[in-house]
Parts: sequence; structure tokens; C-alpha cells
Amino acid sequence: MNQHLFAQLIATITGVLLLTAILQIWGRSLVRSIGLLSVQGAALAALVLTVGLNAGEPQVWLVTGIVLLMKSVVLPAAMLRSAKLIGETRERPTTINPAVELIGAAGLTLIAYIVGVPLAGPDPDPARQALPVGFSLVLLGFWLLMIRRSAITQLVGFLVLDNGIATVSFLASGGLPLTVELGSSLDVLLVVLILGVLVVRMQRQQGHTDITELKELHD
Amino acid sequence: MAALLWLPLTVPLLLAAVGFAFRASYWTLLLPVISAVVLLLTGVSLIGTVVSSAPVVAIEGWLRVDALSAWMLAVVGAVAVVALWGGAPLRSKASTSIGSFAALLNLFLAAMSLALVADNVGLMWVAIELTTVTTAFLVASGDGEHALEAAWKYVVLGAVGVAIAFLGVALLSAAAMGHSEAGVSWTALMAQAATLDPTMVQLAGALAVLGFATKAGLAPMHSWLPDAHSQAPAPVSGLMSGVLLSVAFSVILRIQAITDAVVGPELMRTLLLTAGLLSLAVAAGLMLTQTDYKRLLAYSSIEHMGLLALGAAVGGELAIAAVLLHILGHGLIKSTMFVIAGRISAATGSHRIEDVHGLLRARPDLGAPFLLGTAGLLGFPPFVTFFTEVAIIVAGFTRGLGWQMAVACALLLVVFAGVTRQVLAMTLGAGTRAPGRLVWWRRVPVWLGLLSAMALSFALWPLSPVLIAAVTALGGAQ
Repeated sequence: MNQHLFAQLIATITGVLLLTAILQIWGRSLVRSIGLLSVQGAALAALVLTVGLNAGEPQVWLVTGIVLLMKSVVLPAAMLRSAKLIGETRERPTTINPAVELIGAAGLTLIAYIVGVPLAGPDPDPARQALPVGFSLVLLGFWLLMIRRSAITQLVGFLVLDNGIATVSFLASGGLPLTVELGSSLDVLLVVLILGVLVVRMQRQQGHTDITELKELHD
Repeated sequence: MAALLWLPLTVPLLLAAVGFAFRASYWTLLLPVISAVVLLLTGVSLIGTVVSSAPVVAIEGWLRVDALSAWMLAVVGAVAVVALWGGAPLRSKASTSIGSFAALLNLFLAAMSLALVADNVGLMWVAIELTTVTTAFLVASGDGEHALEAAWKYVVLGAVGVAIAFLGVALLSAAAMGHSEAGVSWTALMAQAATLDPTMVQLAGALAVLGFATKAGLAPMHSWLPDAHSQAPAPVSGLMSGVLLSVAFSVILRIQAITDAVVGPELMRTLLLTAGLLSLAVAAGLMLTQTDYKRLLAYSSIEHMGLLALGAAVGGELAIAAVLLHILGHGLIKSTMFVIAGRISAATGSHRIEDVHGLLRARPDLGAPFLLGTAGLLGFPPFVTFFTEVAIIVAGFTRGLGWQMAVACALLLVVFAGVTRQVLAMTLGAGTRAPGRLVWWRRVPVWLGLLSAMALSFALWPLSPVLIAAVTALGGAQ
């Protein structure tokens, strides 16, 4: 692949990844948040394809297919189903100002760059140069887990975190062996399905899915 | 011999299928116990093989049993026998789909076995995540009203924590880029330690340990543990506290071995010392004022994991061998204690310490082993925990970690005060003889667990070759 084109593609794709995560923090609609997750998944698949084609990996189309199917179709669909089952489409109101949330997100992105740039090494290729975007996604996922109250957004946060880790993994080393990738996708899918079941049970038991209300167990 | 390696993976899977197929039958509860026995026997025979010759390898090195894995397999089997046999729900309490409960227990055992026999760090990660997946519904099936809350927190924190570890694994693979064809094979990484990128390994090791520490219940990543371990049904609590924590800990030992080989032992020593002392402090503080006896046991697990972390931080043959033996001793006692706690809660209908009095008089069949097990958890001789705790502390002093060990001893005293006060309040005092003594075959596993934890003290001689071999497998643990 032409190195200039490669660098441009990486920059565009990682830009989309970061943008979707920021939009998820900005927005309050659960449905749109899940839609953005699907876009993020597609961008991740594009990243896998670009990095794989550039490195000349033989299994690149297979891995891209798996990532696209899992992250862009199956996981968002499973979450949409949970959200529909409990009938929740909007995030629960919080006391945190949206501006504060976005400033926090910007700060975390900055931290990701401070941590990520030295890791890329002295003379990085375009893929390693984009490493901080992966770290940003991880931190933004954490941020979502911290600032949101609805159980569904918690799930979104977990998946953003997971997408961030996948981004780091593909940018830094072109991904792990196929068996490990398959195993980890399966694990994440199972976790999301289980949490989906627990959310529905929670809705049935207590009539809402506000996780800040989960405080019966403490010392 | 490679066939032996497959048994701990395939037998639980097969029996899980049988359990699902006959899920209405009470006898399916026998299936996970059979798996546990198979794990124990396989572990013991694998120990024999790997100590006398080379590690057993299968599918091009993806699966590999060295002395550490064989030892841990045997530990999982032994503890699971006690937890599953003793913790089997009564026929009158069993739900109509008891077989799926048994099947999930079997899948849980299979996931732990995979984490132990995997050589690839990525596969280890997959298996550790699978333990969360398979135990989620087991925790949620607890009969307490807050089991759902506990399960939610457990899965979210477990999944997020282990995701951090995956970041570590990904960076480890980046550190090995261009050197290792096997991806992130543990043996390959150990063999090529000198050629790995140190900056990358430093971050990778720290993240992986931080992530797996969530599953190992080390502070500050422990907040899910008291909830999940206190709300789950007795056999599940016993297995989670007794072995799941230490299975995750054995993965930490392997990550430590790689990181130490690349960047020297200081990084991991600092991390593990911090986590260990913090765990001891958290446990000591919250055990003093604990009002729930299942949570008391859960915090005791955090305390013991803290001790293991200290032992790993100390390093060296004595400390690591003591850590491995402590894993077995603690596992046996803790699973027994959770089994008894489950019976106490069935008899009194409460988890609160203040609702339980005079157990020794009212229910000597529960009170006596509960008191004895407490002594084991506190590290009284002749329990093996006494010898292992002393060995860890002594090794720490001889290797120049004096003040850390002094702090640890002080914290252990606080734990002692807290636990003694609570347990004596439950066991001593007036009480009238209450009915409900269980049949003999339900009382056997409780005494089996406690007596074997004592017998281990006198079996140090025959056990030392495998412990030494396991320390050597970890690269000698500087």
C-alpha cells in the first residue's frame, strides 16, 4: 500500500473513532449512543483492514469480517434489544453539567496523548503514531462508566473501552493470534448478553435501571 | 501424557452437557463433584509427570502444563471437592432446574482449568474472562434479595478490570513484535525476554497485573468481592474465594515472571507490595466492624490474597513455595468455612452476626468446625497456614523488606482481633440444642477440608519437590 495513502487512512479512521466516542459523551439519547457504537465498530473494522492490508496479513479479510459482524452488528443489536425490553431510550438526568463532562473528556484525551506518544518510539510508523487515540477511547469508556447512571450506558461505556483496547492492539502489533481474537470477541459478547439479562431482571425487580440506586450492599 | 492434559478441559464440558440434558434431576449435582475429583487426580498425576520429566505440551504449544499448572490443577480439584460436595443444596431447597446450576459449575471448572493449562497469555486472558461469564448467573442465583445487585457489580467490575489486563496483553504482543512467531506464548516470551522492548513491557506488565488483580480480589480493585462472595450460594462462594482468586493470582505470577525477566524485579515488587499491604489494611479495617459473617469471610479472602501478593513481592524459593502452599491451605479452609456459613444461614435464616449465638451448644455440628476453621484462617498451628504465613514473613525479613513485613504483622494482629471477637460472639454463649443435624455424608467434606489443611503441615517433605519445581518453572523467581 502507498505509505501516504496508508497514513491518511489511519488518520481518518482514528478520527472517526475519537469523534464517535466524544459524541457518545455529549449526547443523551441511548438509541443514538448505540448507533454511534455501531459506527465505531465499522471504523474499527476499517482500521483492521487497513493495518492488515498494509502488513500483508493473509487472514485480514476474515478478521475484518469478524470485527465488523461483532462490533458493528451483533453487539449493538443485542444492546438495542435490551434497551427496547426495558423501554428506556433516554439517559437518566444527572447532576453533572454537560460542559463539565466534555471538558473532562478533553482532559482525558490530552492525558492519553501524554502517555501514548512516548510509547510509539522515536521514529514511529503512522499506525503507532495513532496509538494515543486507542488510549483516549479506553479512558473515554471509563469516563462514560463514571458519569452515567443508566445501566445501558454503562454497557456502552464498557464497549467503548473494549473498542479502545482493540484499537491499541491493532495499531501496536497488528492484533493478536486469530484464536485469541475469536475467544475475546466471544467473551465480550457473552458479557454483554449476560449484562443484558441482568438489566431486564433489574427492571422487573425494582422498576428502573439506575445503577446509582444499587447501594444496598456496602460496609 | 498429552491425553492427560485434555481431561480437565473435556470432562467438565461433557458433564456440563449431561447436566443441561437432565436439568430437572437432583442427581446432576453429583456431576461437578465428579469433575472436581477428575481435576484432582489429573493434577496429581501430572505433578508426577512434570516433576520427573519435561512439561506436557499439546496443540503446538497452545496448551502446556508445567509444575505450576499441575500444582494449581490439583489445588482446584481438591478445593472443589470440598466446596461442591459440602455445598450441594438440600433436596428440599433444590430448584426445578438444579441441573443447569450443576452444568454452570462444571463450565466454571472447565474455564479455570483452561486458565491454568493455557500457555498463551491471550488464551489465559480469554479463560479468566470466561470464569466471570460462567459465574455471573451462579452469583445471581443466590437466594439473598441483593444477589442481582451483587451479580451486576461483579460482572461490570470483573469485565472492565479484565479488559485492562487485555490492554496489557496487547502491549505485551507489541513488545514482542518481530521476535516471536507464537504471538504471546508465555514460554516464548520467557525465552526471548532479553530481546523484548522494555518500555512496552513495563507498561504491559503493570496493566496486566492491575487487570488480573481485579479478579484476584486485591485492593484497590476488590470492591466487587465482598458483595459477590457474600451473596452467591455456598458452593459458589467457596469455589470463588477458595480457588478462583488464586487461579487469577497464578496468572499474575506468570506476568510477574516475564516482567521481572525483562525489566528486573523492582516494578512488580513495588506494585505487589502496595497491593498486598493495601489489601491487608482494607480487610483489617472492615473486619473489625463487620456485621455480616459471609462478608467477614469474604474480607478474610482479601486479607489472604494480600498475603499472597506480599509473598510474590518478596520472591525467592522460600516465599514463592510458601505462597503456593498457602493457596492450597487457604483454599481448603475457606471453602469449608463458606460451606458451614451456608448451613448456618440456612439454620438461622440470617447473615447477620448478631442473629447467631451459642452455636457450640445449639449446633455443635456447625459450631465446632466453624471455630476450628477460624483458627485455621487466622494461622494457628497445626494448620498449614501457620507455617506458610511464617515462611512468607521470615522470607520478607531476610530479603530486606523489614518494615513492610512489620506493618503486615501489625495488620494481621488487627485481623486477629476483629475475627476473634466476631466468631466468638457467634459460637460461645448460652444456647439450647437445636435440631437439624445433617446426614453423615454431608458432614464428611467439612472435616475432610479442615483435617487435610492440618495434615498438609506434616506433608511438607513429600510436597517440596513439586513446590520447588513450580518455583523453577517461574524462572527461579529472583
